[in-house]
Amino acid sequence: MSANEISSWIIGIIVLLGAVLSLISAFGIIRLPDIYTRSHAATKASTLSVMCILTGAFLFFSIVEGLYSARILLGIVFVFITAPVGGHLISRAAYHSGVSLWDASVQDELNGKKQKQPSSSARESNNG
Amino acid sequence: MIQIILILSAVLLSLAILISLFRVAKGPSMPDRVIALDMIGINLISLVAVISLIQETTAFLEVILLLGILAFIGTVAFSKFIEKGVVIERKRD
Repeated sequence: MSANEISSWIIGIIVLLGAVLSLISAFGIIRLPDIYTRSHAATKASTLSVMCILTGAFLFFSIVEGLYSARILLGIVFVFITAPVGGHLISRAAYHSGVSLWDASVQDELNGKKQKQPSSSARESNNG
Repeated sequence: MIQIILILSAVLLSLAILISLFRVAKGPSMPDRVIALDMIGINLISLVAVISLIQETTAFLEVILLLGILAFIGTVAFSKFIEKGVVIERKRD
């Protein structure tokens, strides 16, 4: 086997791994019980899957075609930075808008803090 | 053989988008739908990358970056709307 063929096999395996991770994340978002566990599944696994697939695309275009694409690298960095931030923001919005936790969850530390300082939303609006 | 692997992964990604579309339709609360839509956007990025691998073209690489930026901006705007009721706040005086 030539070097090109071996590297394209490795790229195919990386891309297939990313697709399987994305499917696992989709099953997580359909099977898990409440929104916080669902955001756990959707944020982590799909971020790793998109980074695997973009790494495979970058390796393909750099080794096989001989083109070093900075746009794919920027895409990897951007997804890696922004996807956890988006998951954090939407979970925070869900908590503050009163979406309840799963029945079997036993620990809710933010609830105690909110009752100690009941005007948390007013404090936020004063700060912002 | 590599083409078969790439087409298989495109089919798996489409299946993932279909499953999260079910969560968009069903989801009991609003943030569920937003999370599922964010995940659809991220899967679309990978689908565009896989399709550009299948076609062996570099014409779609801007679409990857653009979809990432748009998905992030959409998620931030929706979460601000759910939490505070407005997207762009008025300046107080």
